[in-house]
Amino acid sequence: MDELVLQTKDLTKRYGTGDSARLAVDRVSMTVRRGEVYGFLGPNGAGKTTTLRMVLGLIRPTAGSATVLGRPAGEPETTARIGALIEGPGFYPYLSGRDNLRTMARYRGLPDDIADAALERVDLAGRGRDRFKSYSLGMKQRLGVAAALMGDPDVIVLDEPTNGLDPAGMADMRALIVDLARGGQTVLLSSHLLAEVEEICDRVGVIAGGRLLVESTVSALRGGRRLRLVATPIDQALAVAMRIAGDEAVQLDRDAVLLDVPAERMPHVVRSLVTEGLDVHEATISERTLEDVFFEMTDTGLHPQTGDLEPTSLEAVR
Amino acid sequence: MSTVLDKPAADRGGNPVLDSTRAEILRLRKWPAVWVTIGAWLSMNAMFGYIFDYVTYTSGTSSFSNEGEPRAAILARLLPSSIPDLLAQGMPMFGGAIMMVLGAIIAGNGYGWGTWKTVLTQGPSRTSTLLGSLSAMTALVAGLVTVTLLSDYAMSLAVAIAQSQSTALPAFGDTAQAVGVAFLVMEMWALAGYLLGTVARGPALSVGLGLVWALVIENLLRGVGTSLSWVESFTHVLPGTASGSLVGQMIGNVGGPNDTPGLLDTLSFQRGLWTTVAYAVLLPLLTWWLVRRRDVT
Repeated sequence: MDELVLQTKDLTKRYGTGDSARLAVDRVSMTVRRGEVYGFLGPNGAGKTTTLRMVLGLIRPTAGSATVLGRPAGEPETTARIGALIEGPGFYPYLSGRDNLRTMARYRGLPDDIADAALERVDLAGRGRDRFKSYSLGMKQRLGVAAALMGDPDVIVLDEPTNGLDPAGMADMRALIVDLARGGQTVLLSSHLLAEVEEICDRVGVIAGGRLLVESTVSALRGGRRLRLVATPIDQALAVAMRIAGDEAVQLDRDAVLLDVPAERMPHVVRSLVTEGLDVHEATISERTLEDVFFEMTDTGLHPQTGDLEPTSLEAVR
Repeated sequence: MSTVLDKPAADRGGNPVLDSTRAEILRLRKWPAVWVTIGAWLSMNAMFGYIFDYVTYTSGTSSFSNEGEPRAAILARLLPSSIPDLLAQGMPMFGGAIMMVLGAIIAGNGYGWGTWKTVLTQGPSRTSTLLGSLSAMTALVAGLVTVTLLSDYAMSLAVAIAQSQSTALPAFGDTAQAVGVAFLVMEMWALAGYLLGTVARGPALSVGLGLVWALVIENLLRGVGTSLSWVESFTHVLPGTASGSLVGQMIGNVGGPNDTPGLLDTLSFQRGLWTTVAYAVLLPLLTWWLVRRRDVT
């Protein structure tokens, strides 16, 4: 189960030279294991697509390496074992969806009739004979996924497959990916939608500004539960909380104090506040969403001056 | 779903170049733009090769293209025995221009549509993909030359029967040479278009620049060349000069006012032939060099 399907080591892509150089991808080292759905998460322009393009051999890395199934990325034998949809579906507009798939099947050395099976798989069989240019965005994306599924690839790389879809289309696409995962398919899914990743991914890699900030399971990333306290006066409450949990584990969220302490210490915390003469208005146990984690990380990642990014909490979940 | 979708990779026999060729033929065969281009060439060939001359002949008047020419000479040109001369005469300039458009759209459109990106993630290497694409285009050009030959034969036969003239076929050797030269000239221009489409990553700029080059600039340079000797020697290595001379020398008697534009006698047949062959080898090599090293986005 722990077999590595895909691995990058210090993968780097720099555009331009000298002062105008721009690091699109900065020493990204990530691993995707067999059978998992890996979420590649990051804001727009973080370097997700550039990384995936290097994995597929579409662009040349400036430094570092990518291996797929133990072989260098970009070799024909390697690429043939990946099914990919990279940055929007690229198909011949004048051909029908079916003929587009038949064309790609021929490139893969597969029989033409595989196209019909792939169309069935993404619920496009009914529109298979219509021209690609008449398709809605959702149908185009589904056709892209259909092309990626042909020939039972070892890993399927889907780059923002729900981009531009309406809520129903998104739900369909997620259901399809969950379905693939249930069948034991390895999926590398890039997305800027946290809810999506949280819902369907086993492990995630978070990328921002070209750097992989963290790679971990979704649950480890979200961490444990937190205490949320609303007490007045707030500055005193903050002081008490810090004394109990330590400076590092306390955060101020508008009128609430958030503590990273085990839930069973709740009574102790509340008692201390009351003993100090504070008014406690609310005490709840809240779970962090991936969104919270993500913004904490990408904020620090994008603004290094605000804090020490690398060590402590992030290192702990690695 | 353990049906055909799950066909294991190991079972896929085949050769990546052949796979790519089959894929490319499928998508070219169903592309309306390809048929429009082919139709444009065939109707141009029919109009300038037969229809205008035949109308001139039957109406007995003289037009811009046959001033002072005896009617018997016009008729002789329209008979089956003249096919070798007629087949290739429009190709250095008009046929070449159309083939350049064809090559440029085959190579260039894929960048805008993102289809090269999709194709290059299917498995075949860039070299195999390019070889497949060029093979499919070459098959298309060869087919087009064959169809041109057949349509020329059909039209000349119709003229011969209508005018009760000889339906004798030309010598096989002459026909074979004309077909070979026609194919070489058309293929060279298609390869030039393919390179331009690859360089520009799109059809518009490459078609525009290519046509201006083939139809305008080469002619202007040849004009300038009459007074500047170094420009003249430069024009001797240009594709238009090479293919124009190749066809011009094959037909012979080039230089009169009634000649098809693009036909030249600047170079000898041999030199025209080898220069055209050199282009047909060099252009795809350049394309290959570019396709192999570039980032596809």
